[in-house]
Amino acid sequence: MSSALLIEQLLNGLQLGVMLFLMAAGLTLIFGVMGLINLAHGSLYMVGAFACAWVAAETGSFWIGLVASLAAAAAMGAIVEIAIIRRLYKRDHLDQVLATFALILIFSEGTRWVFGSVPLYLNVPSQLAGFVTLPGGSRYQLYRLAIIGVGVAVALGLYLLISRTRLGMRIRAGESDREMIGALGVDIRTLYTIVFALGAALAGFAGAMVGALQSVQVGMGEPVLILAFVVIVIGGIGSIKGALVGAILVGLIDTMGRFLMPQIFSLFLGTSQAATAGAAVASMLIYIVMAIILAVRPQGLFAKG
Amino acid sequence: MKKIVAAGLFGLSLSASGLAMAEPVKIGMITTLSGGGAGLGIDTRDGFMLAIEQAGNDEIEVVIEDDGQKPELAVQIADKMIQSDQVDILTGIVWSNLAMAVVPSATAQGKFYVSTNAAPAALAGANCHPMYFNAAYQNDNLHEAAGEYANGQYEKMFIMAPNYPAGQDSLTGFKRYFKGEVTNEVYTQVGQTDYAAEIAQIRDSGAEAVFMFLPGGMGIAFMKQYAQSGVDIPVTGPGFSFSQDVLPAIGDAALGVKNSGQWAPDFDNEASKAFLAAFQEKYDRLPSIYAVQAYDAAQLILSAAAKADVKDADAFAAAMMEADIQSPRGDFSFNTNRHPIQDIYMMEVVKDGDVLTNATVEKVFDDHGDAYAEQCTQ
Repeated sequence: MSSALLIEQLLNGLQLGVMLFLMAAGLTLIFGVMGLINLAHGSLYMVGAFACAWVAAETGSFWIGLVASLAAAAAMGAIVEIAIIRRLYKRDHLDQVLATFALILIFSEGTRWVFGSVPLYLNVPSQLAGFVTLPGGSRYQLYRLAIIGVGVAVALGLYLLISRTRLGMRIRAGESDREMIGALGVDIRTLYTIVFALGAALAGFAGAMVGALQSVQVGMGEPVLILAFVVIVIGGIGSIKGALVGAILVGLIDTMGRFLMPQIFSLFLGTSQAATAGAAVASMLIYIVMAIILAVRPQGLFAKG
Repeated sequence: MKKIVAAGLFGLSLSASGLAMAEPVKIGMITTLSGGGAGLGIDTRDGFMLAIEQAGNDEIEVVIEDDGQKPELAVQIADKMIQSDQVDILTGIVWSNLAMAVVPSATAQGKFYVSTNAAPAALAGANCHPMYFNAAYQNDNLHEAAGEYANGQYEKMFIMAPNYPAGQDSLTGFKRYFKGEVTNEVYTQVGQTDYAAEIAQIRDSGAEAVFMFLPGGMGIAFMKQYAQSGVDIPVTGPGFSFSQDVLPAIGDAALGVKNSGQWAPDFDNEASKAFLAAFQEKYDRLPSIYAVQAYDAAQLILSAAAKADVKDADAFAAAMMEADIQSPRGDFSFNTNRHPIQDIYMMEVVKDGDVLTNATVEKVFDDHGDAYAEQCTQ
């Protein structure tokens, strides 16, 4: 194994990690502030990807598509919050899970109705096409490097938003005592809508960026949603810092597992068995890690209180 | 009075025609019509229905349902089709993991299953069944051809497939004939959409070529990411990875890729020309290999239904075995395990005008069966 390969795999893990962070940040923010479990978060990821693919195909510009994905996901998030989610805050988690699961089905069938079952394709923008040569001689896809950069910038932006702005102060206040900030005269309904739309926009943004690497199809959000839940359970539900650390951890473990597990198994098994068994264990690895972390720290790595 | 007589005559004519024609046959098609694998299922459906419509036989009824590429859904649909729709024959499943979930229980309940694509090794050998026919191939076949063809070209290969029955059959089949060195044998997750980790391994492997079996959306995602990665090792694969349903989405990145298959649009036989013209006329696109396989599956069922009653399982199975059809693929007959014996070719992705398609390069195997037929004793 060469160091170039190791560096490339670390970057791949990091790229998956920051993508998951964009999903997990919204999920954990919504849970932290409103106490809501939102299964439909993956659908907002899908909405962003479809908006980007469709607008990019119509206008010929990926960048306009990217802006459209942010706008569409945020708008969809706000509409859903006002129309449906708002009624769920006082209900227990089971009701929330049922209602947001229904939303997944509605979003999936609705998207299939509008765009059909055949996947859409979104190309990497020409400015970010190709690869760069890294120090040490290994090559890396420029677009993936850009995703890492964007993810880090969003993490920094979120940190500044929450720690330095008035909105952030209200979000933090909402996290620690919901009734009290309502009593202090903060318009809590608007705050909730803003937080929900912000989370939705992050998910839609992630969907659009990943859409250019993969195919844009109905149901693309659910596998990512499951990973995002693993991330926030590991990181501690409600903690943005936990979401960041959890996402990078999950991204690295998943990528390194896929690549190292078959090699570890090949020390004591034949090549073919090692390859199948290694691949099978690699796909469970993040859940094993989650189970271990839950056993040692049930509240997650960075839970509050 | 006139009315009654007319009705009586009508009734008589119905029963008379009923006597003249074969018994009605109800076919249940379970295939993938949504998600990343939808292209395969749509071609399966369209190829199958083309043959049914050409036959113009009102006694054949087909019910079609979407399995969404989910095994649990396929099982539910199969139960419903067997119990409430009372179908005689099931068909259409694209994916081997779904076939493994559905086929053994369907044949155990006395229903025929005629596969249009999925052909796991587990159903071809010791666990073969007199009511299970495969109109497509045995999973290993195209990979065997790719392995045989690679012998003259490359010494070191990187091989990769999804971790499910057809993926394991794929790499087994490739290695059965390839005599060079396999640098890496990699299994990916079914439905995986990001191949960054695998592409990094390809870059590092020192292989001269990559053999990859990634059907449907998986192959599209891989080829797009591979083209962007700066790795310039040639890719080869079975026809599934470069069939007509995925070529438009992969785009020019697929040009020149060698892949193995049993049919390409440039085949020079009458059945192929007629099929190609009819398919293009009806659907306004080029058919993929899945469409050909489903077309032949329907032809096989039609030919058997004309000779025997589907309710008489032994007679119907014997009629199926005769394989009395003109396949666009050319020579086609059934092996002792009810899997095809056919020729397998190497194709190359070319551009015909603006359309990407496959052109025949050379025949790799003549009248090729499969490695499991001997183990099938029932």
